[in-house]
Amino acid sequence: MLEVRGLTRRFGGLVAVNGASLDVSAGEIVSLIGPNGAGKTTLFALISGFLRPDAGSVAFEGRSTLGARPHELAARGLVRTFQIVQPFPTLSVRENIATGAHRAIAPRREALEKADAVGRSLGMGALLDRRAGDLPIAARKRLEIARAVATDPRLLLLDEVLAGLNPAEIDEVTPMILAIREAGITILMIEHVMQAVMRLSDRAYVLNSGAIIANGAPRAVAEDPAVIEAYLGPGMAARLKARPHA
Amino acid sequence: MSGDGWRIAGWALALAAAVAAPFVIASGRWLDFIELTLFVAVLAQAWNILGGYGGQYSFGHAMFFGVGAYVQALLQFRLGVSPWAAMPLAIGAGAAVGAVVGYLSFRYGLRGSYFALITLAFAEALRVLARSLVSVTEGGRGVSLALNQDPDAVWSTLQFTFAEPFLRHAGSYYFILIVLVVAYGLVWRMERRRFGAQLIAVRENEDAAEALGVNAFRVKMKAICLSGMIAAAAGVYYVQKYLFVDPEIAFGPSKSVEALVAPIIGGLGTLAGPLLGAFFLHGAGEAAKALVGAVAEPRPGLDLILYGLILVLVLGFAPRGIAGLWAALMAPLRRRAG
Repeated sequence: MLEVRGLTRRFGGLVAVNGASLDVSAGEIVSLIGPNGAGKTTLFALISGFLRPDAGSVAFEGRSTLGARPHELAARGLVRTFQIVQPFPTLSVRENIATGAHRAIAPRREALEKADAVGRSLGMGALLDRRAGDLPIAARKRLEIARAVATDPRLLLLDEVLAGLNPAEIDEVTPMILAIREAGITILMIEHVMQAVMRLSDRAYVLNSGAIIANGAPRAVAEDPAVIEAYLGPGMAARLKARPHA
Repeated sequence: MSGDGWRIAGWALALAAAVAAPFVIASGRWLDFIELTLFVAVLAQAWNILGGYGGQYSFGHAMFFGVGAYVQALLQFRLGVSPWAAMPLAIGAGAAVGAVVGYLSFRYGLRGSYFALITLAFAEALRVLARSLVSVTEGGRGVSLALNQDPDAVWSTLQFTFAEPFLRHAGSYYFILIVLVVAYGLVWRMERRRFGAQLIAVRENEDAAEALGVNAFRVKMKAICLSGMIAAAAGVYYVQKYLFVDPEIAFGPSKSVEALVAPIIGGLGTLAGPLLGAFFLHGAGEAAKALVGAVAEPRPGLDLILYGLILVLVLGFAPRGIAGLWAALMAPLRRRAG
């Protein structure tokens, strides 16, 4: 469904994404993990049309996405959320979600009805009339997801929707993500919360210094020495192995 | 009654009062005051579409007004075109100027103060152009339309000066009222459609709107063209009423300032805001003129100083304008009622 090949993006002398390749097949939940500053969000911005790559290619459902604006990709079914949530602050939750629903639905009334339905199905029924700017952070994260789901995407890019949430809130959002997959939406997500990566994803890619250094089943990836060293520093894999109970 | 029901009732009442006003108000001076206020309310609503709903603050809305006025005046003056035939062309010219300025600004991602400066520059450029293209525009002397003195040609010339008494009293008043009803009707409709929702989404957060499939460029282009059309229609009215336009009137800063101060004071991004703001400003302006006139010689520019003062106070104490203040006052009542 999504094929990323040799994607590279430089900011001045810094290579933020360096020849990254990855694949996502329909129906999967794929995680993209990596230490801070690895280039995960930049990679998302490149895939979703917010940034242009210096080299490499991205194909969504067999067609290149290069040069397409974000709204054109949204129309093709590729929609992203933002790590730093971006609600429409003075609008109600319902109106926020309806903006997403308008992607496919022109009449206002139907878009608002769809917003109600999406909001309810994702457990936000009680919040529909609240001003988005007044919501606590966990609810804003959920709104960010609901708004994207309302566009009827085929591939959803979730950028750290669990970051900053407490364990109880994480337990609220994880079923949301599974419900979205059940609805037939493929998911590529950036995530730091390893417990969620293990529980949710079919496969995981690890990005470090802009390059993919590992991929595979989440468990195998987490035990990969290259991954451990990327997070904890050189030599740490061997030291952890020497002291298995540490 | 639902929220919309109350609003419709309120607007219907206001419209009935506006239609009845010329029958009730015999004084030409008072009717003129209301007429001028409605004219500002039209300009203000034009600005509000782009600035209030779309978040793109223009400092040069006079350019749309001025282009509408000049096209309406010059087509009659140079080519002898009927005012009725000139009207759609003048309004279309407003949309065309909107398209040009919008394309140049939005295609290159100019937002905020950059957009404000671009619009200011365009209005100034048009003012200089109108002043220097003497062979077309008559330069700084301005364009004067011939006054029609034939009572039978009132409708064909769209001039009411020599019409029968009631039409003389109220003809141009109804003209601007019709323009206002059409303009406000368009905005009412816009608020209830996808275009309006997407325009507001772009104002609130352009990147997020793009990510959700909103073509921000197209939405802003539509808004600036609609805004330009309505401001140009106000220019058409102005020319038919005063039969005169010059570069200062058309493109000078005073129209641009009025167009933006009224909606900010009345309530940005609300249907009623521009109208409330126009009445408030003009009421205050007239009152100040009367007060000062009573004790000293009239001072031109006094109303502008007053506008500035009111603007500072409103921004300081009621940032959502009169409409926002009203909503805040009504909220506890409504809660009690509900």
